[in-house]
Amino acid sequence: MTSLPTHTDRKLGLVIDLDTCVGCHACVIACKGWNTEHYGAPLSDQNPYGEAPSGTFLNRVHSYEVLPDSGEAQVFHLPKSCLHCEDAPCVTVCPTGASYKRVEDGIVLVHEDDCIGCGLCAWACPYGAREMDAAERVMKKCTLCVDRIYNENLSIEDREPACVRTCPAGARHFGDFADPDSNVSALISERGGIDLMAEQETRPVNKYLPPRTKDHFDEQIDVLAPLLVPVAREPEGFMRWLDGALGKLDGRSVRET
Amino acid sequence: MHPAPSIILFTVLSGMGFGLLFFLGLGFGSTGSIALVFFVLAFLLSTGGLLASTFHLGHPERALKAFSQWRTSWLSREGCCAVFALVVMTILAAGRVFSAAHWSWIGWLGSTFCVATVLTTSMIYAQLRTVPRWNSALTPSLFLAYAASGGALLVGELDWARLLLAITAGIQLAWWLRGDRALHHSGTSLKTATGLGAIGNPRSLESPHTEANYLTREMAFVIARHHAKLLRLVAAILAFALPLILLSLPHSHLIAAFAVLLHTLGALVSRWLFFAEAEHVVSFYYGVR
Repeated sequence: MTSLPTHTDRKLGLVIDLDTCVGCHACVIACKGWNTEHYGAPLSDQNPYGEAPSGTFLNRVHSYEVLPDSGEAQVFHLPKSCLHCEDAPCVTVCPTGASYKRVEDGIVLVHEDDCIGCGLCAWACPYGAREMDAAERVMKKCTLCVDRIYNENLSIEDREPACVRTCPAGARHFGDFADPDSNVSALISERGGIDLMAEQETRPVNKYLPPRTKDHFDEQIDVLAPLLVPVAREPEGFMRWLDGALGKLDGRSVRET
Repeated sequence: MHPAPSIILFTVLSGMGFGLLFFLGLGFGSTGSIALVFFVLAFLLSTGGLLASTFHLGHPERALKAFSQWRTSWLSREGCCAVFALVVMTILAAGRVFSAAHWSWIGWLGSTFCVATVLTTSMIYAQLRTVPRWNSALTPSLFLAYAASGGALLVGELDWARLLLAITAGIQLAWWLRGDRALHHSGTSLKTATGLGAIGNPRSLESPHTEANYLTREMAFVIARHHAKLLRLVAAILAFALPLILLSLPHSHLIAAFAVLLHTLGALVSRWLFFAEAEHVVSFYYGVR
């Protein structure tokens, strides 16, 4: 059935640290590499070496510039994959029962043999987490590497999603949100987890850690800092004299503005 | 949203077909050979539309599985209602055509399921919070109104057709006006999409990929909106204004057929806009809307 479980025993998911992510896309490549060879249909590419390459990915990294009310713009990288929502709208719209949310751990999966490729689940997802594979014509999505996390053939440190295992910045964390003592629960209670598009009421399991506030010093602690100001605001020496002389003529001295 | 021709054809044609079946179920459309023509037309439109809708499936050979999830999925409910309505209407048609029998309770049952089919079709779109322009009770009203006015035109009940065309025009206008404010009122923006709104105003700096992908092709279809206002005018003239003028002329079959044709063209333009103008919230991630 495509009805959602009222309760899942565990809530496995990811914490992604927007403060730490450097936007290297290693998680994208690790995801594509693992998932094209293991669970379900491979993630195909269309025209990969041509003019307009396209392909199926379960994880993508967007980059944003945020302009605060005052101060300089800041750049953030936002890796985005399935958030394994508790109220997953993609599951209930499925006409065949191919999409389901697991009771034991909350992972949202697709039974590819039952998928008719109607694409309605991708329409229902606000995050763009589902992509129809153009070669296999079935819906692909993040499995939370269900074939790694329980895989006893892998060494214990490899039993986590490929994106988490590979992240060189330590920006991705995997764990059980239902366990208040887990690593991910500790992170969100310490830093505060963000729900993407909370107003869509999907209740995502994956959380994003907000960027830390920038360090700010009221007092000047670096004696060299005044010499390192990137943009000169005050003219010095001859330029100072010239500015004053010209300012007397046109009334537009730099120092007065 | 990408305006897929198969879905536009399906929703318009099968809507009109089920609208015609609705009126036939209520007892309109005579008996014998005249009824045969009406029923054949209705079945062609409704089943033809249903077949067209399978063209956009990745695996149409598994389509039977889509009847299984009627308890949760509007798409599954649509399939179930459509098949049930067509079966009941086939029984009704046999009686009407071959023995001039008016089995009124079968007709009522069939008509009810014709309404249910169009309603469930519209709910596939209306249920989606991700597309604020569709996420409204006006969407089922719009689909039902188009189906009813198309059905009245096809069955030749001109008084009903005039009334329903006027009502549909009103709902269409209300749907357009509400739709233009829907995305803003949904509260979703790039600020909520990124969770970075507390810091300031985000803008997309770099896309995850250099070329189009499934998401941008399917859900970030923005090129059509350029001429949307003009196309709305075209749709309104074709679907409502011209048919209403034609219906006020002295009655002839040729004029009625022309009115049906113009209305269908207008409905197709309107349904194309229904998809092309609709904004999916995932577009925010790509810095468009």
